[in-house]
Amino acid sequence: MSKETTVETTPTNETVRDSSMPLVQVQDLEVTFVTGSGDVQAVRGVSFDIYPGETVAIVGESGSGKSTTATALIKLLAGNGSITGGKILVDGEDITEYSERQMASVRGGVIGYVPQDPMSNLNPVWSIGFQVREAIRANGVASGRHEVEAKAIEVLEQAGLSDAARRMKQFPHQFSGGMRQRVLIGIGLGAEPRLLIADEPTSALDVTVQKVILDHLESLTRDRKTALLLITHDLGLAAERASKLIVMHRGKIVEAGASLEILQHPQHPYTRQLIAAAPSLASRRIHSSAGDSLTDEGVPDMLRLAERHAEIEKRLATAPIAVSVKDLRKTYSIRRGAFKSEPLHAVDGISFDIHKGTTLALVGESGSGKSTAARLILGLEPPTSGAVVIGDTPMTGVSARDLFKLRRQMQVVFQDPYASLDPQRSIGAIIAEPLKVHKVGDHEARVARVEELLDQVSLPTALAHRYPNELSGGQRQRVAIARALALKPDVVVLDEAVSALDVLVQAQILQLLADLQAELGLTYLFITHDLAVVRVVADAVAVMEQGKIVETGLTDEIFGNAQQPYTQRLLDAIPGAGIKFAS
Amino acid sequence: MLMYVVRRLLQAIPVFFGTTFLIYFMVFSMPGNPVLALFGDKTPNPAVLEQVTAQYNLDKPFIVQYFLYLKNLVTGDLGVTFSGREVNDILANAFPVTLKLVLMAVVIELVLSIVMGLISGLRKGGIQDNANLIVALVLSSVPPFVALFVAQYFIGIKLGWAPVTVGADTSWGAMLLPAIVIALTIYVTGMRLMRGSVIEAQSAEYVRTAAAKGLSRSRIIPVHIARNSLIPVVTNSAASFGALIAGTTVTEGIFNIPGVGNVLFHAIKLQENATVVSFVTILTILYVVVNILVDLLYAVLDPRIRYV
Amino acid sequence: MSDRTVEHYVAPIDPADAIEVDRVNLGDRKSSLWIDAWRDLRRRPLFYIAVVIVLVVTTAALFPSLFTDLDPRKGDLAFSNAGPSDGHPLGFTRQGYDVYARIIFGASTSLSVGVFVVLITAAIGIPMGALAAYYGRWVDSLLSRIGDIFFAIPYFLAAVVVMSVLSAHRNVFVIALAIGGFAWASLARILRAEVLQVKNLEYVMASEAVGRSKFSTLVRHVLPNSLTPVIVYLTIALGAAITAEATLSFLGIGLPPSVMSWGNDIAQAQTTLRTAPMALFWPSLALTVTVLAFIILGELIRDALDPKARASR
Repeated sequence: MSKETTVETTPTNETVRDSSMPLVQVQDLEVTFVTGSGDVQAVRGVSFDIYPGETVAIVGESGSGKSTTATALIKLLAGNGSITGGKILVDGEDITEYSERQMASVRGGVIGYVPQDPMSNLNPVWSIGFQVREAIRANGVASGRHEVEAKAIEVLEQAGLSDAARRMKQFPHQFSGGMRQRVLIGIGLGAEPRLLIADEPTSALDVTVQKVILDHLESLTRDRKTALLLITHDLGLAAERASKLIVMHRGKIVEAGASLEILQHPQHPYTRQLIAAAPSLASRRIHSSAGDSLTDEGVPDMLRLAERHAEIEKRLATAPIAVSVKDLRKTYSIRRGAFKSEPLHAVDGISFDIHKGTTLALVGESGSGKSTAARLILGLEPPTSGAVVIGDTPMTGVSARDLFKLRRQMQVVFQDPYASLDPQRSIGAIIAEPLKVHKVGDHEARVARVEELLDQVSLPTALAHRYPNELSGGQRQRVAIARALALKPDVVVLDEAVSALDVLVQAQILQLLADLQAELGLTYLFITHDLAVVRVVADAVAVMEQGKIVETGLTDEIFGNAQQPYTQRLLDAIPGAGIKFAS
Repeated sequence: MLMYVVRRLLQAIPVFFGTTFLIYFMVFSMPGNPVLALFGDKTPNPAVLEQVTAQYNLDKPFIVQYFLYLKNLVTGDLGVTFSGREVNDILANAFPVTLKLVLMAVVIELVLSIVMGLISGLRKGGIQDNANLIVALVLSSVPPFVALFVAQYFIGIKLGWAPVTVGADTSWGAMLLPAIVIALTIYVTGMRLMRGSVIEAQSAEYVRTAAAKGLSRSRIIPVHIARNSLIPVVTNSAASFGALIAGTTVTEGIFNIPGVGNVLFHAIKLQENATVVSFVTILTILYVVVNILVDLLYAVLDPRIRYV
Repeated sequence: MSDRTVEHYVAPIDPADAIEVDRVNLGDRKSSLWIDAWRDLRRRPLFYIAVVIVLVVTTAALFPSLFTDLDPRKGDLAFSNAGPSDGHPLGFTRQGYDVYARIIFGASTSLSVGVFVVLITAAIGIPMGALAAYYGRWVDSLLSRIGDIFFAIPYFLAAVVVMSVLSAHRNVFVIALAIGGFAWASLARILRAEVLQVKNLEYVMASEAVGRSKFSTLVRHVLPNSLTPVIVYLTIALGAAITAEATLSFLGIGLPPSVMSWGNDIAQAQTTLRTAPMALFWPSLALTVTVLAFIILGELIRDALDPKARASR
């Protein structure tokens, strides 16, 4: 049940502006940041053109320089950065030499900007209306109180905000993430720019909301013939939304061209790695041609991973049950007003079983209750009712002492690699902590075990004496995995464990997890919001919505033949889901 | 917003009771005869001793004492000082003077904090920033009473620019010198806070969004940077008030300003501890009210607080 | 859109940009929060100045005889308010004491008050703030209410009441208790705010998931990571305590006149401000410089430990 979108290339007769001249020409752009430890060149000679009405996407991982390039176009680099070379021509004029005042007239009216994180991008102390009106006035779109007010309401309504007149008086913290992003899009488009830069505009949002907003953005820019520069880390999203794709790596462009062309015939090794590692594309590859020849340069091939799971599925029927959750519920009392309180059913009666040696993915968007479910299953909070059984031993309703012993069998890896390791402890101490708490072995035995674990996660043993702040996100997650394995648990709960990682690193970690599972016979509970990752990682899936499980099944079943509309919406929202590969 | 105000006021009630009880407790449960303690080192004559004992209901159980004391406090019957003057009379005259002094000092302190903090934050790491910091730190290390003395001596006596004592002339101008001096000794905290928030605000993402809209720098600085940076400075001003209110004792004493602190100053010197207790209680209640007002101001400045 | 063919550009493959994903790149020097902070402090000249001052004052407090052989209690009224002379570089007080000797011997009093206040403030403030924030709910309500009550009384005024009433028991401990017994409330608030943030970090959850009790997690993971504002507050509080003691002595309710303290000396010198200002000036300077040194230390430590400042280093 996949949707097909073909990329539009119908020529139109546009004589208003000479659309054979590029709107923006970037030539050999160089951007340098001054840091305490020397100068860092974030963009090292980047050149590309954007034509009027065109949608271009720049794809890259963190550190690729894609966001820096985008902010350089409007000269809003972070404090210690500056353009140190090259030109940016807007309608033929080089803006790199422009003063602040000249830039102020370019920003908004000629080039608009939609930033990434909707929460921190709106000033919390001014009302939404104030901030929209500000943009309208500054760009001369309307003047006089009534006109400006009317225009502001129009802008918000067009951006998809219902009841705009009332909402104008509200403040950013009263809006949901999706609504805030609409406001930012409204502000960006409200000044009627000729180019709109959207910097990861939906990364901070739920996947179903993402799709709606991106669809809307697409139609808005198409109607106004606004050029769109989309910055993203998601290859699938880029290919789906843009006609031209630019791949950046470490400050340089490694490949550029028409989106489909690049996806089908990638030439540069880095592009190939990205494609091989992108789960959203892999989720469709299963059904498309088996003849795709993608070599991998040391990056796991999602196709092979998926195949391995096909074998495991057979095991599902025969293995014993490692984790059993029965009618688990958690209700909170939320205070409404001064004296009343309402019950909030965060987890509303969920049940599932996980067979030993397999992976169950618990999927849900924000507010689905999956994080609360994780806390309940880990025993971090007592459930209101229901039971969790590990192997044969119940976890709920037992004494603190028994719970303590049970913890040896179940460990956890959390989402944020920058917050899951105590910055004051050395890596060796962090990994050895579970051993210490459970009084396993003497000092020497622990040191040996730490080395063994570092090996298992492919990290150099010298790291034991170092501190977390020297490591990257992926490396920290490996440390977190090593810590989780220290007590030789049967079950590992992975709470959004790869969500914060770059695509290539994510693929590495997923490969590591798969290898460890095969080697140690681990059972995984994989909690995530990303259905694309689920495809390559899980044997069985449970979809959560508002505290309940709406659908469960084997991965293949869910992806091939989803029964529930909500599941189908999640599947459709996977970026890149609409791309059809020629076979 | 209304809910927030109501909640805040409700929170103040246990604080009011707790604080007055604490002060009362400190005085009347100390070792030794509490009544004698009220006289300090002096030995009272028996008639006065009897009168004071009766006034403070010291023959009754402690809790009853406290509530009677509280009742007096709330109904405005604050008794008499040793010199026989009605405390209420004294308050009626002295309170406005102290308020004037404290308000002046707070305004000066806020202006100093905000302006110096803004300059320091916008020119971070430069000469102005470092100079501002050093000056403010040095000023805050000088004990306030020494600063007042020195100012009184040099500016009042030697240079004759300002009145040495205030006495009956409680105009704004007469109290300007002590207000400025006191403000100088405490503005460093507010300045550092303002500087910190300005630095943070400059690289805040919403500032980038504002610039991306095409706003000019001259609009961004006041509307987006300064406005947001005010919040921590305002919340800190409550602590400044605390220091100022406590400091009125010394300030009014040295400059002979006829305010509440002055009475306290003399009561301390004369060891009229009953008066000391009463006036400390009054100043504390003033501070509780100030805290409530600052919290409400905070809600006005930061909408996120209002709707929680 | 005109009919434009989009060219397919491929960058030349540069072996220098070899794509090894996520290679471990360890610097030569170890790096952690404290190590980096220490390195930052060592680079600043102001740090050394402040440390030297603190060391000098502490040494004077502990071993006054290293600095002078004069007896600060032996006064000769013949020299009352006399100016500096041979062997008496700072002149004499009204009672004929040597000013320099008084300052040296007064250091220990002032410093003791400061240290005791810090100890008391920390001993009460840290548990109150940390437990309230970490355990939340009714514990928080109770401890925060108590904190609010103590916070509502400006500590100086509370000290005034205590010292007035306890006129018979004025000594360093009592003063320290009078000041610290109320100043802790500010520290508790500051620590509570910090712990509220830290307790939601994932390494705290990880610690509980491993099996540590809540209390053990609080002590071993939460508190060490919440210390920054505490350290800054305590260094500043030390200075403030010294000033408070001086002010109380100035009002006559501080230490008894028999005890040598800078505050007492300033108080006694104020009457002769016009005729012999130096007797007031020198102890004031000593006090100011000492307080300044501690405050500077506090500010420098705050900057060194500030994670945002670290990022730009």
